[in-house]
Amino acid sequence: MSTRVKGRPELYTAYAQDMAFLNTRSKQVGVLVVVIAAAVLPLTVSDDLLKILGTGLVLAIGAIGLNLLTGFAGQVSLGHAFFVAVGAYTASAIAGDPDGRAMGLGITFVPAWIIGAGLVAALAGAVVAPLATRLRGLYLAVVTLGLVIIGGYAFTEWKDLSGGAQVGRDAPKPVVLGADLTIDGAYTQEQKLYWLFLVVLVICAIFARNIARSKIGRAFAAVRDRDVAAGVMGVELSKYKLIAFVLSSFYAGVCGSLLFVANGHFGPERFSGGHGLLLSVQFIAMILIGGVATVSGSIMGALLIALLPRIASELPSFLPFITTAANEHPNIFEIEVATYGLLIIVFLLFEPRGLFGIWHRVRTYWKSFPFSY
Amino acid sequence: MSELLTAVSSGLGQGAIYTLLALGFVIIYKSMSVISFAQPALMMSGAILVSYLSPRFGFWFAVILGGALIAVVALVIERLAIRPMVGKAVFVIAIITIGVDIVVRVVAGAFVGSDPRVIGDPWGLEVWRIGGVQIQHRHVAAVVAAAIIVALLAAFFRYTPIGLAMRAAALDQEAAMAQGVNVGTVFATSWAMAGFLAAIAGVFAAAGNPLDQNLWIIGLAALPVIILGGLDSLLGAVVGGLIIGVVEALVRNYHSDLFPGLSTNTGPLAPYVVMLLVLLVRPYGLFGTKEVERV
Repeated sequence: MSTRVKGRPELYTAYAQDMAFLNTRSKQVGVLVVVIAAAVLPLTVSDDLLKILGTGLVLAIGAIGLNLLTGFAGQVSLGHAFFVAVGAYTASAIAGDPDGRAMGLGITFVPAWIIGAGLVAALAGAVVAPLATRLRGLYLAVVTLGLVIIGGYAFTEWKDLSGGAQVGRDAPKPVVLGADLTIDGAYTQEQKLYWLFLVVLVICAIFARNIARSKIGRAFAAVRDRDVAAGVMGVELSKYKLIAFVLSSFYAGVCGSLLFVANGHFGPERFSGGHGLLLSVQFIAMILIGGVATVSGSIMGALLIALLPRIASELPSFLPFITTAANEHPNIFEIEVATYGLLIIVFLLFEPRGLFGIWHRVRTYWKSFPFSY
Repeated sequence: MSELLTAVSSGLGQGAIYTLLALGFVIIYKSMSVISFAQPALMMSGAILVSYLSPRFGFWFAVILGGALIAVVALVIERLAIRPMVGKAVFVIAIITIGVDIVVRVVAGAFVGSDPRVIGDPWGLEVWRIGGVQIQHRHVAAVVAAAIIVALLAAFFRYTPIGLAMRAAALDQEAAMAQGVNVGTVFATSWAMAGFLAAIAGVFAAAGNPLDQNLWIIGLAALPVIILGGLDSLLGAVVGGLIIGVVEALVRNYHSDLFPGLSTNTGPLAPYVVMLLVLLVRPYGLFGTKEVERV
């Protein structure tokens, strides 16, 4: 039955066609173009911008994870930074120098420490989930916030693992086929890392998209839209909330494992107290600005958030009253942080579906042109 | 023994600050079922505002004026950012308040400056000594102020028309509207009250110390308080605030005996650990109403 009718690309004769991975020709072409454009981008863009974009790609992995939990399954988590931290420390511990100051196993094979970080973070998610599934809505948000505070303290104190406050430890070394990506060769460090991040992101994005259109994704949506109704229909609430937490934590762990590779070093203060919370809020901002319950929106939001410091640093040349000095006001660092807040407010008030919503409207306009609907 | 009582007294003082903040959270939650994550930022900006006002107007008038101005700020926030969202999912409104919190905190933080600012309170770090027990003046002042404010709030909700209207709206919004209660006024009043309470809490939290951005972290600790007490219970805010305050002070004081291996003080963690333990037993807090699902 599921035959395509020639010349009628949007006629679906089977459910499987409608739910296919890329269900229209324009999506297939569009995604291909975007991926190719992203892959050749490093050849044309300067290295400092490339580093920012690379960070954006890594953040996008974490944002997709949070979107699975918060966007698809409707469980608000302010604790994403905690799972990112678990991933960052697991990866560093697996790949770290065994004779170094901080804990390390010396396994530098890249997939090993990326997947290891994801699995340990997922385990942490599975440990937290039984408590979290008992709670709903804003109770859950506050409890996960507590997780960041407690976790930040634990990492600061566990000096063998984290190096301790103000000292920190080295991030994992990305070694692919015996070649250390952080050493400039035919291509620079930034280019090679960007490609590594891009590959991981594409794999993660495809996986997430497939989850979203499978049985699990439909169960998530049912739990989000009305959990009582979902339960009545036979969706096991605690099981699917557990799955959502585990998946989201896995993504957070993968994001954490790659987050500091470009810098090569990170300290526990990145995850403790106010900084940890800011990281969590940034992830929330990414999915809200990008688009709730969309994979492509998560990526767009993450790239925008990653570019914000750069945008803020360009501002003084346009707006002379903004300074670059940290002891004068308003300075670029304040503008940057305040912009997260403003973007969250403005998008939720005026464009609740985020960047994806804007894109969706543009697309619909041209698709039905010259009719308005 | 005297060490224990000293810790308890400072814990009660800290707890009174948490109580004031938590009352603001609960008042907003009762009126619109939303946790306002903007409270910590309002608390910080209240303290900073008072530090600017008190040299000119004297401390007491500055506190009242600062509280009133923060209440106005909260009103503006409610009108611009929250009111358009009424009827949307509460999670979305809560996230908006996170955005508001960030913006307010950055703007207020720009006024802290590099010189240490003090709010000019009359208590400083002076203590009364009763036997070996040391009781700080500022903690007594915080407890007295909290007690007065709780009494005023009780009277407000019991006797004034708007207080009764707020209770009616908290119970059943539609039924209250049908009886002629203006729900918009209820929202605005609850935000203004929460702003005022946050500013007062900020003053006591900053008393005796120079101001810094850490005030915001103190404000955050009011979140475990409301979860512990129950999101919709004013009594829970008072009891939860005092419990958290005392537990935190005890852990802070006996940290080196309890956890000799840990170098950073575990006091600031205590509120969150207590919250988690209580939630394991009672998912709706000590005094919160258990949510009943109607299908």
